[in-house]
Amino acid sequence: MKDILILMLTAVLIENYIFSRFLGICPFLGVSEKPDTALGMGFAVMFVMTLSSAATYAVYEYVLVRFDLEYLETIAFILIIATLVQFIEMFLKRFIPSLYGALGIYLPLITTNCAVLGAVLLNVDNGYNFVESIAFGFSSALGFTLAIVIFAGVRMRVSLAEPPKAFKGTPIALVTAGLIAMAFSGFSGMKF
Amino acid sequence: MTNILMALLWFALFGGAFGLLLAIASKAFHVKVDERIPEICDVLPGANCGGCGYAGCAALAEAIVKGEAKISACVVADNECVGKIAEIMGCPTEAAVRKRAQVMCSGSKDRAKKKYIYNGANDCIAATRLGGGDKLCPNGCIGLGTCTEVCSFGALNIVDGIAKVDDALCTGCGQCITACPKNIIRLVPFDAPYRVACMSVDKGPVTKSYCEVGCISCRICEKNCPVGAVTVNDFVASIDYEKCTGCGICADKCPRKIIHCDQSVIANAN
Repeated sequence: MKDILILMLTAVLIENYIFSRFLGICPFLGVSEKPDTALGMGFAVMFVMTLSSAATYAVYEYVLVRFDLEYLETIAFILIIATLVQFIEMFLKRFIPSLYGALGIYLPLITTNCAVLGAVLLNVDNGYNFVESIAFGFSSALGFTLAIVIFAGVRMRVSLAEPPKAFKGTPIALVTAGLIAMAFSGFSGMKF
Repeated sequence: MTNILMALLWFALFGGAFGLLLAIASKAFHVKVDERIPEICDVLPGANCGGCGYAGCAALAEAIVKGEAKISACVVADNECVGKIAEIMGCPTEAAVRKRAQVMCSGSKDRAKKKYIYNGANDCIAATRLGGGDKLCPNGCIGLGTCTEVCSFGALNIVDGIAKVDDALCTGCGQCITACPKNIIRLVPFDAPYRVACMSVDKGPVTKSYCEVGCISCRICEKNCPVGAVTVNDFVASIDYEKCTGCGICADKCPRKIIHCDQSVIANAN
């Protein structure tokens, strides 16, 4: 249990998905104009990442390893994630329309998102077992959500300031992201 | 060799199984959507401005099909568009009431006096929190462009320190009205020929002390209007468009020239 907690804390803060692994940068910059859309995106990522961690673990362990096909893990995982997301989308639309309304527009965006693919590949690289995989997937996404919501909050303040013309829009967003990444690097000193 | 065959086999199996799963799921989880909804969605302007009070064009289309919203509920749609929606819905068409937003302030940089020099965040809402903005007039346009930011149609610009609506682009969706912290943007009927471009509610001499053009509530317009469409309430003139015939006497007589004629704008748009 303690190991799992440490693993989760590490994934959220120390090895934050965006600020130290640099994965999932496109939704990070694209869907971070407002905190509420950022939060919606974060929840969708959490949802998909947790489920795909579980699904890919099963496929990797029981199919790929057994038949010596580990070298095809990337293709297999992309296939699984894409199918899973599509399936979830249809399932939610039919059975939980309210959740579909909240997550619906973000789900297709995640289909081939590098953050989700990264999480499942890291699960394999780190040799996590089933429970650890799910915990890692969930907490990585939690770290992603934390990062994107903080960033959206800062961006909202920045949008009211008047930066020099050359910095308007994406440049100032990238500078902001860099500053937050520096702040997060403060966690890298934490050791358990 | 067996390795490659195995890989081929498994991935063909994966692909086939996933494809089948999705195909079955799309049939099993199929949600019946009224086919009129996407059709109306295509006809609507698609700016998702929210002027109708629904979350976006898709939400409005759904509401129209359900009968919750009128077919002319879209504030942006012209008569042709409403006609098409009526066709899809199979009901008689309604006339679209086109409106346009107007900034009810003429106190540009050189005309209105300021009470302090504002150097804060470039946003009207932030400026309003500092004693109601930098203008001495309590209802003057701050001119930092919060309305220009929210406009989906690019119809608002800051000219000489006050917001100005480009009538050709304005669709009357009302986003700017919600955004403006001074509450000085109003919707007028699109073909309204005259408007009072001031909302100062101070007494005449006070208005005169800080603005070169503000309404001083002299009531000349009220007395001269042949149909009684112009009234002065709370020290500012206002026009009742139900009664206004567009004769233009009020604009001619106004000593401050604050009643603006928009006839050329309307002629150009038509």
